[in-house]
Amino acid sequence: MPLIAQPLPLPGGALLARLHGINAEHGYLPEEALRGAADELQVPLSQVYSAASFYSAFSFEPRGRHTIHACQGTACYIRGGDKLLEKLEATLGVKAGETTADRLCTLETVYCVGSCSMAPVIRVDGDTYGRLKASHLPRILKKCRPIEEQEV
Amino acid sequence: MKVRTRSDLEMLRSEGLSTLYPSRPRISVGMATCGLATGAADVYDTLRDEADARGLDITLVVTGCIGYCQQEPLVDISLPGHGRVLYARVTPDLARVLIAALAAGELPAEGALAVIPEEETSEVSETSEVLPGIPLLNELPFYAHQHKIVLRNSGLIDPTRIEEYIARDGYQALARALLDLTLQEVIDEVLHSGLRGRGGAGFPTGRKWQICYDAPGQPKYVICNGDEGDPGAYMDRTVLESDPYNVIEGLTIAGYAIGAREGYIYVRDEYPLAVERVTQAVARAGELGLLGEDILGSGFDFGVTIVRGAGAFVCGEETALISSIEGGLGEPRPRPPFPATSGLWGQPTVINNVKTLATVPVIIGRGADWYASIGAEGNAGTVVFSLVGKVANTGLVEVPLGLTLHDMIESIGGGGLGGRAVKAVQTGGPSGGCLPARLFDLPISYETLTEAGSIMGSGGMVVMDEDTCMVDVARYFLAFTMAESCGKCTPCREGTRYMHETLTRIVEGEGTPEDLELLEEVAEWVKAASLCGLGQTAPNPVLSTLRYFRDEYEAHVTEKRCPAGVCRALIRFTIQPDVCTGCGLCLRECPAGAISGEKKEPYVIDQELCTHCRICYDVCPVGAIEIVR
Repeated sequence: MPLIAQPLPLPGGALLARLHGINAEHGYLPEEALRGAADELQVPLSQVYSAASFYSAFSFEPRGRHTIHACQGTACYIRGGDKLLEKLEATLGVKAGETTADRLCTLETVYCVGSCSMAPVIRVDGDTYGRLKASHLPRILKKCRPIEEQEV
Repeated sequence: MKVRTRSDLEMLRSEGLSTLYPSRPRISVGMATCGLATGAADVYDTLRDEADARGLDITLVVTGCIGYCQQEPLVDISLPGHGRVLYARVTPDLARVLIAALAAGELPAEGALAVIPEEETSEVSETSEVLPGIPLLNELPFYAHQHKIVLRNSGLIDPTRIEEYIARDGYQALARALLDLTLQEVIDEVLHSGLRGRGGAGFPTGRKWQICYDAPGQPKYVICNGDEGDPGAYMDRTVLESDPYNVIEGLTIAGYAIGAREGYIYVRDEYPLAVERVTQAVARAGELGLLGEDILGSGFDFGVTIVRGAGAFVCGEETALISSIEGGLGEPRPRPPFPATSGLWGQPTVINNVKTLATVPVIIGRGADWYASIGAEGNAGTVVFSLVGKVANTGLVEVPLGLTLHDMIESIGGGGLGGRAVKAVQTGGPSGGCLPARLFDLPISYETLTEAGSIMGSGGMVVMDEDTCMVDVARYFLAFTMAESCGKCTPCREGTRYMHETLTRIVEGEGTPEDLELLEEVAEWVKAASLCGLGQTAPNPVLSTLRYFRDEYEAHVTEKRCPAGVCRALIRFTIQPDVCTGCGLCLRECPAGAISGEKKEPYVIDQELCTHCRICYDVCPVGAIEIVR
């Protein structure tokens, strides 16, 4: 028996593109924005939420102003990327996945940013820093201090 | 302007040639992600400012990756009438020296790594005399065994300028396919070339296209899989960043061959620059009519949509990727049916890796026989690897299939980092295995690597030395696959968790000899019973390390000893008082505050506070820190 009404399929990649858009605008996925996306794309809210929670690029919590990704890809790992992460956790006082109390920095791990020949690397707000040692971190983290302090 | 005919392409080619080989100096700065990570942007700015200040008339361009990542930032300078030289590890200071020399009409020797032979102008013999003592690029051990097909333009052209791609014979293959060949003839050409899927599984590309072409149903789709998730691998990122039109041309030819009008390029979220370059390239190809309706007046319509992934490794699996494009979860489904008969929205779909598609234009342009003559029996052509880890020369290399692992690691890679002995190489990422140095005489092919317990994979090659603990490496990969398992099927979801727990116990010194047998048994089950490639291959790192490095496992479970000195619970750090100079560096860097002492006096480590993180060992300038195993 033919269906009376069948939803039109979404254009390919449309839901992911919308989630990326919301994430770029707010830095995370606020509930109202997800409801708006479901209405506009005419898909169930449950589908929007299931996709949003499946992918690690999205967060339901507000994030810090800066995001630090400590790469834990294979090359970084065997060249000390785990030590850099430990140093970052000690310096920022948060564990991976957490945001500092002043909402300045979110520390994340990532499995490979594809800069393996520069291992170990970290990425700060999308900029990649390679061939790192723990002693290089303070200089890189300077850009993650409040703007007032940077000017001092 | 719209490109309608071959002569329109010729016009763009001459424009491209004029910037690729200008009458003034051309300076190209490698600004793919690797270059940028080591300061290429500062070098670029300095070159521009210095040239401006001196009123020097140059063509300054951004290029992609030339492969020798170890030597980044790389700057390639061609001075008309003099030749072309590649400069390595360029700093802003060296950039100033380079501009000063160019202003004097010279190519300086300082910082010169190699002379690049100009194939177009056949100046090979002359250019080698430009800088006496500086070798030709293909004389460097790093490049000696390489044969660049996929990477033929990477690092040489400005990836944002389609004219330069066309100047390097770009879009000739598409013109040939659309104007001179039938759909079946294109498929036959790819089939006869012997090209196999470079995503890692090695399925014959032409056969996949044929199945899709023969499958009933319209519309059909083609997808470029750029969801390169293997940690330790960055071949696809480099190709997308350095030569995006090559991939788009390959995808367009694939679309034509199977009768599709729509294509998708799915790019990993962690590759923002690749997304940017491909987006820009698709837009530009559309402006010129090389995408869109009635391409080259052939009546063939084709459009491309770019989908940015969102951080899920499993989406590299083809059925999961398709589901992700459709707006569902990136979860795999059982095959068959394979996507070639039932893919995107249930329609026949060809899904190929970035490097596979980047090879297609060369095959159509130069012919199947030419391609088939490269490589080894049943393993035609070249393969791109990212050679990384504990190896002297890291970088992106493209070699004919059949080259031995020894040539790859010892000749191209220059052996172990810091002259240390190489213990193993890991290929195929979390789906692959670790092969010991005694097997390095093996030729690289899909079959030999699989027989040895690893896989070809998409091209990650991570070198490991005596300071790498193979049990810890297996645990590392299982932590990865456990986290990335989508959870749909039980063998993968629970099996990876169990293997990870057991390996964690072993590295913490709490494993037993029985654990090794159970680990092996569970690994075999997960391999046999999982739904998709992720679970079916997840045990490979465990099985291959158990096979080749069982002694290391046994040392962990029986002697509670980590021979490589890596596993924290089994080692301890001490400072040798007679070597320590009391410089205080370790005290400053210790994240646990476990080191104490007075300047100029030997320092000591408080064993209660020490977390065995090894940072002091790595920073100590005099090697005073000892690992007690």
